[in-house]
Order: sequence, then structure tokens, then C-alpha cells
Amino acid sequence: MKTGIYPGCSLNGSARDYNESVFALAEAFGLELEQVSDWNCCGATAAHNLNKDLSLALPARILALAEKNGMDEIIVPCAACYNRLTLTQTELRKDPELRNHVSGIIEMDYKGTSGIINVIEWIDKYITPNLEGRIVIPYAHKVACYYGCLLVRPHKVLNYDRPEDPQSMDLVMSKIGAEPIYYPFKTECCGAGLSISRTDIVSKLSGKIIEDAESRGAEAIIVACPMCHSNLDMRRNDINKYWGKEFKIPVIFITQAIGHAIGLTDKKIGLKRHFVDVKIS
Amino acid sequence: MSHTATLTEKDTLAFHLEKNIDVLARKCYQCGKCSAGCPVAGEMDFSPSMVMRLLQTETPANDEKTLRSYSIWLCLTCEMCLCRCPMEIDIPSVMDFLRQKSLKEKKVNPKARRIIAFHKSFLNSIKYTGRLFELGLTLDYKRRSLTLMQDVALAPRMISRGKLHFIPEIIKGRPQVAKIFKKTSKKEN
Repeated sequence: MKTGIYPGCSLNGSARDYNESVFALAEAFGLELEQVSDWNCCGATAAHNLNKDLSLALPARILALAEKNGMDEIIVPCAACYNRLTLTQTELRKDPELRNHVSGIIEMDYKGTSGIINVIEWIDKYITPNLEGRIVIPYAHKVACYYGCLLVRPHKVLNYDRPEDPQSMDLVMSKIGAEPIYYPFKTECCGAGLSISRTDIVSKLSGKIIEDAESRGAEAIIVACPMCHSNLDMRRNDINKYWGKEFKIPVIFITQAIGHAIGLTDKKIGLKRHFVDVKIS
Repeated sequence: MSHTATLTEKDTLAFHLEKNIDVLARKCYQCGKCSAGCPVAGEMDFSPSMVMRLLQTETPANDEKTLRSYSIWLCLTCEMCLCRCPMEIDIPSVMDFLRQKSLKEKKVNPKARRIIAFHKSFLNSIKYTGRLFELGLTLDYKRRSLTLMQDVALAPRMISRGKLHFIPEIIKGRPQVAKIFKKTSKKEN
């Protein structure tokens, strides 16, 4: 079984902390992660908003490259990329005519043989079964696991966890000693791609999530999406200004939380790169 | 799409939706769950269920209203509406279709200017390098939207945390990506 990785543009730039923690975990558990060779951007929200063909062709090139690399599956840590890649694979699988059309655009063969897994599926498959004896600093804190939109919806296509009140991240966190809280904002949108063009909306929506998690006693918000992270963490000043409050709750990638629990240094898992200070005792 | 055979050619949005993306606007019975769950319904000129209602009327005036609405650009594609729709109507795909048609027919709501500027800057960035260059995206967006001072305070904090690259990564398959853009181009500029 060859597992590849499609990091996507965020992990290469503003979410390099996420990238560092994914690779640190892979190293700690002896997992090979080869990058899809010469990968391109998946097109994200911009492509599917403006141009349907483009929104299929860009992910199709990535998937075709993964196939060419002989990867049986690829892990896609960015929830937005995971969503676009899975949507493309599903559309092309069910419509051979469309597949030929898109193959023609990318000028590459595409069969749809590489599986696509998100970061939690990867953790469940390769890390949690090997956690025993590895935990040196149990993550003994109340946490609010925040799934956002694109990890769990559209459910019929992704077929992952449940679209309302999902549990997979909560389960992983409880295995490293955390106490996941119940709160109703697990899958509410953070404002996503409007971060720059309508920062006010992002401040409002992300603030609601933070306010609720904090008021229920959560000590950290756990995420598995670079876009959610940047809205909840990098936009914290805007959020605090919008709400007239001083929210302090840190936002931690699930891979960082596990990395910390198994004793990796803050630097190794990118914890020093956050805008909101993270102090885990 | 077996039912499309029985469609009579009409130049209405509902007809095009059925023909192109297999969504039947008439299935909506206006329960309003989509609007109740939509995180941006309060900002919209027409809530998602109202957009569905406008489409159902199939009148030229209401089709025009839909294509000129701000709603279609505010939609975040969070997929909550589809998730909760008792008729499983794929509203996010409807929104994608409407955005592209609105753009093509030059009926974009003036309030959506910045949102579209952002999308265009995003695509422009990957067209030339294959991967998103965040700094390039931001500068191009500022140029398009004339929001020069916005987020200036973020930059030094991003730099000190190693989160901002100054040089774009250019992939080997850049010509291939450029070709993909050319082949799929619908003159969105």
C-alpha cells in the first residue's frame, strides 16, 4: 500500500504549521508520505464559483498524477482540497463522458484508482492503533472539536462521519486524554473564503464559534482545516474587534495535539507559528 | 437524466438548471430549512429558499432578479442547505450555476465586486505558477478592489511566523496548467 500526500497551497504557505505537524507525526510513527509529484492548486472556491470545467480539471490533474505515481491512496490534510478532490473523483466516476472530456482538457489519462483520505481517516488508520505506550503528556484539557463544513459535507459524496454532530475528531482527542465538550457549532461555517473580501462576515461567524466554545469551558479549539484555522486564529484581532471581546482560546490542529501528547517539541509541530498563543501544560 | 427528454426548450433558469445540472427547482416546497441554517442568509437580498421560489416562477423578471442578486455571491458553499433539505435539492450547485451565468451575462451585482475580485486574483495567481502564491494573490486583489490598506497589519506578523512567502513556487507543469486555463476559459475577465 503506497500512501501519498497532497498538501495543497495553504500547507505550503500560511498553514505551514499544519504541514509541519503532519510530517512530524508521519516521521514519529514511521509512515512514508511521498508528495504527489509536481502537484498544482485544486482551484478551491474560486474555480467552482467561476468556472465548472476548471474546477474539475485542476483536481483531475492532481488525481491523475497520484495515479501515475502509483499511489493507492492520498492523504489530503486540507479539508477544502479534500472536498474538491473527492467531489471531482465522484463526478468523473459516475459520468464516463465527463471523464473523457476532462481527460482531454488535462491531456492525461485518469482512471480514478487512487483513494482519497482526510487527515482524521489517516490518523485513525495509521496512528491511533499505534498510540499505546506513546503518550507521554496526556492532553488533559477540555476541547471543542471544530469540523467546519468541508470535512463532512456534502455527506452523500464524502460519506464521512455524520454531517451533524460528527464524532471522529472527538474520539481521537479522547484517546490522547482530552475531554471533548458538546457544543452546537461543530459544523457551522467559519466564513471560509470570504476572509479577505468580507472580513466582517468571517469575524461574525468565527466569533460565534469561539464565543460558544469558550463559554462552555473549552480550553482549545481543535481543527483539521487550514482555512478554519486561519479564520479562527489569524483573524482573531478582527474577531475580537467585531465582538468587543478578548477571546483567548487557542486553535490547534489535531495533528499538533497528538504531536504534543507523544512528546514532540513545540517547534517541531509548528506551535510557535500561531497568532493566538498556545500554552499547553 | 431520463426526464430531460420530456423537457420543452424554454429559456428560463429553471429549465437550464434541469438540463445542465439535473436540479429540479419545482421540487422545493418552501419549508425554509435552507434559509434557517444558512450562515449568511441575514446578509442576503434573497434567502436561499427565496431564490428557489424566484426560480420556480420561471418569469423573465424573476430570473433577472436572481442573476442580479447579491445572494448568489455571498453563498459560502458550506453545503448546510443541501445537508438539511428534505427534498435533497443541491442548492450549492444551483448557486455555482447561477454565479457562472450571472458572470457570463454580465449581470453581476455591484456589491459583489470585491468577492469576485478575490476569486479572479486567486485564479490568476495559479494560472501563472500552478500553485497559489498568497502574497501575489493579496497584492493583485488590492489592485483590483482598491483596498490598499486592508490587512496591512497582518503582514509583519505573518512574516515573523514564517507564514508569508516572497517568491512564488513555480511547478514544472506550469505550461500544462496554463493550457488547462486556456481550454476551460470562458472569458471570466
